[in-house]
Parts: sequence; C-alpha cells; structure tokens
Amino acid sequence: MRINWTSICVDDQEKALRFYTETLGFRLKHNIPLGEHAWITVVSEEAPEGTELVLEPAGHPAVVPFRKALVEDGVPYTAFAVDDVEAEHERLVAEGVRFVQPPTDLGTVITAVFDDTCGNLIQIMEEKAQP
Amino acid sequence: MDIYRAIADRTRRAILDELVDRSDQSLFELCARLIMKHGIGSSRQAISQHLDVLEAAGLIRTRREGRSKLHWFEGAPLKAIGERWPIPTDEHTSHSTDEDNET
Repeated sequence: MRINWTSICVDDQEKALRFYTETLGFRLKHNIPLGEHAWITVVSEEAPEGTELVLEPAGHPAVVPFRKALVEDGVPYTAFAVDDVEAEHERLVAEGVRFVQPPTDLGTVITAVFDDTCGNLIQIMEEKAQP
Repeated sequence: MDIYRAIADRTRRAILDELVDRSDQSLFELCARLIMKHGIGSSRQAISQHLDVLEAAGLIRTRREGRSKLHWFEGAPLKAIGERWPIPTDEHTSHSTDEDNET
C-alpha cells in the first residue's frame, strides 16, 4: 500500500487549479473530465513523481460546516513542506496571498498559514536543522 | 469573572504572553505556541474555555479577519491593579518577577 494521492476540498476546481499552479507553483499532472467535475491532480515541481494532491470538489453538504469551523479556528486543512518559510512568505505575499499567521518560530519548526482562496487554510512548514 | 481569577492560572498567563508576543492569533496558532513553547498540551476545547475566561475578564478581545476569528490582548483592565496599589516612584525595587513556574 502506498500513499500516492492526498486530497483537498476546493470551492471551485478551475480557480483552485490556477491558484495551486500559477500562485503556489505546483504542476498539473491529471485533468480528467468526470461529468460535472474533473479529477484534477497537481504535483510539486521538486517531486513530479511524488504524491499527487487531488483538488476535490467541495460538493458534499457536510464539507461546508466542516471547513467553516476549521477556518474559524485557524486550523489548516493540510500542510506543505518548504525549505525556507520566510522566503516563501515573502514570495507569496508579493503574489497577493493573504496570510492569517506570518512566519512563526516554534522551536523545532517554523510555520506560517495562508488562505488558498478556495475555502481552506494551508500551513507551510520548515523543519529546523537540529544542533 | 474578575481579572485576578483570570490571571491566577499558568495557562492563561501563557496565553497572554503569546498574544503580547504577537497580536491577532487564531485558536490554532495559540495552541501550537502553547505546546511548542510552553509544553502546555491542553486540548483545543480547554484552550477555548481559557480564552472565554480571559475574554469575560476583558483581558482579550476578538475580531474577524476573513472567516477566521483572531484574538488580541487588551491591557486596560490591568491598569486597575496599578491604580489600586500604586508603585512608589522613588523606590528602586528589583525583585525577580519570574514567577511563572508556580500554579
């Protein structure tokens, strides 16, 4: 068993595809029409053969209150690894991305949280080198 | 809830410390800071209840940023302590104020 895909619910798949590729810099891997929606996955440019992120339509009624509660309390839906949180924060702010938590040093990790404009908060995390 | 009871708890004082360090934090960020920086691993519900106590005492306030609820420190109620027991200005006291290992 392997973890080849992980998914995130998005308000609008086309808008999400633009944000996750053009703004975040991921690469489109699959875009397969499936009736009303599509099976869309993106991968990291740093690991094109790695885990694919599925941009799942947020169609189920339960998704609405679930995500609303997470966003209310500032809880990220998922997290991505970066080498340098400060540099990513600076780059994304210049792209117009809204951060709800600026880079914060938590001892062993540095984290920041931004709004993906598709109904989710996303955390970026840098693991600090251990002395 | 009066301010004396509100600050008579180590976790609630740590929450205020973190909000002084950075204003406008979500519940998630506060919980992350409490566990990573203070070793306080209370549940989100427990921290949420501490926030309610602090808010009832007027020591924190909340505002909306987008759809997120953010908390900030309101120091005004603490002025009442200084007004009730004013510190003489011509005295140089230098007692340690590092008292956060109790309670």
